Amino acid sequence: MPDFLLYALLGGLGVALVAGPIGSFIVWRRMAYFGDTLSHSALLGVALGFLLDVSPTLAVIVVCALLAILLVAMQQQRYLASDTLLGILAHSALSLGLVVVAFMETLRLDLVSLLFGDILAVSMVDLAWIYGGGAVALAILIVLWRPLLAITVHEELARVEGVPVLAVRLAFMLLIALVIAVALKIVGILLITSLMIIPAATARRFATSPEQMAAVAAVIGAAAVAGGLAGSWQWDTPTGPSIVVAAFVMFLLAMVVPARRTATSG
Amino acid sequence: MSDETPLIELAAVSVQFGRDPVLDDVSVTVRPGQIVTVIGPNGAGKTTLLRVALGLQKPSGGAVIRQESLRLGYMPQRLTIDDTMPLTVRRFLALTKNGTGQDRSSVIEQLGIGSLLRHPVQHISGGEMQRVLLARAILRRPNLLVLDEPAQSLDVGGQAEFYTLIGEIRDRLNCGVLLVSHDLHLVMAAADNVVCLNHHICCRGKPQDVQRDPAYLALFPGQQPVTGLAVYEHAHDHAHTAGGDIVPVAGEAEEQTVA
Repeated sequence: MPDFLLYALLGGLGVALVAGPIGSFIVWRRMAYFGDTLSHSALLGVALGFLLDVSPTLAVIVVCALLAILLVAMQQQRYLASDTLLGILAHSALSLGLVVVAFMETLRLDLVSLLFGDILAVSMVDLAWIYGGGAVALAILIVLWRPLLAITVHEELARVEGVPVLAVRLAFMLLIALVIAVALKIVGILLITSLMIIPAATARRFATSPEQMAAVAAVIGAAAVAGGLAGSWQWDTPTGPSIVVAAFVMFLLAMVVPARRTATSG
Repeated sequence: MSDETPLIELAAVSVQFGRDPVLDDVSVTVRPGQIVTVIGPNGAGKTTLLRVALGLQKPSGGAVIRQESLRLGYMPQRLTIDDTMPLTVRRFLALTKNGTGQDRSSVIEQLGIGSLLRHPVQHISGGEMQRVLLARAILRRPNLLVLDEPAQSLDVGGQAEFYTLIGEIRDRLNCGVLLVSHDLHLVMAAADNVVCLNHHICCRGKPQDVQRDPAYLALFPGQQPVTGLAVYEHAHDHAHTAGGDIVPVAGEAEEQTVA
């Protein structure tokens, strides 16, 4: 196997392992569009990173995190509904990113690879980011797991039972920002959310507990990465989209398989 | 018992959303072992009152004084969990660190939910969910139990049973209970104190006094005072197990059923 394929596979697997569990929460909390909004802002992060000469990954984390905080603040008002706010911010952030990129005459960013991923160009540095960032993200998720589950089931009940709701919500959003920054290289800005929610949604049918669903989602995501890479190699298709298509195929297949949860309710 | 320090005291609480006052100068006190029931028509501010007591809603006026050692058990009006989360009843009960294993099995037995533990929490009936929610609330060994329309999805028989259960839990934990409801007779029978709310407090007192109060009759036209005979027997039953402070209530109830 050529080195670049091995790196691509390792990078993709690293991202899938983190994206599965976090994607499960995104599915449970109905935050798919929120994840999309954050990832759309990643382009702005990359551009600013180059402009200010800091690591693009770091810049993406910061921009996503700031946007997440802005969203939480804006959601406190009751004047506009959440999905309207998300729609405004998602597309404004993406457009801002494109405009900023256009202004940087000296820099020629490969827009297509930013938008759809460039997994075959994964370097050792990228791998270090993916596994370092991924490990931090998983560690945070383990600490957050119980309170996050509690507020996902019923926020006010959790609050009465002593869960610091706002802090947990913010921490979870920062976590999403971290995963987006780490996954950017693999599937690109426009496809990141799919790598989080498709494996999680597929795992639902095979899980009887939240932990099971998170673990199965990680495995399915990993399989999608491997399948997508193989398909891309075989048929010379774009790799990022191929991974998403592989995940989608598994999702469709899972729909046909009879669900397990009815078996446990007896 | 009524001399004990209140578990919680809402002192002249006001809440305003926009220009409309939802709660206007409302004072409610709950002491250990006391069941306080808030009744009122829809939109009277009952749930807002509970939210203030729970600390979920900041009052725009007045004060909420909580006893330092207050442990809240809260049973929300309804709880819908997204079907995408695989969650059994057993897991739902253990979501926050609630009680020891021994506590858990005794609560599960008392509420008769043992057979539900392996079921997905989304697939149990409304009445079953009610008991599961109550179980989760009392697993915290609360000294104040806050219940929002706890019996709304039950039929009349189920409601009577449910309020008896609340009484038993109160006796066992010696906790205060603050509950809101819009079903009148049954809930009153189980209460030590009734607060009749319609944005402001219309009247308050012992259940049988409230039922004769002109303000109550104006708020709930057509309600005949003291028709629920079985219900008052309920309160009577209760006095035997509960102890001193409930006896006068039962005594008066007896007079009424005779009259």
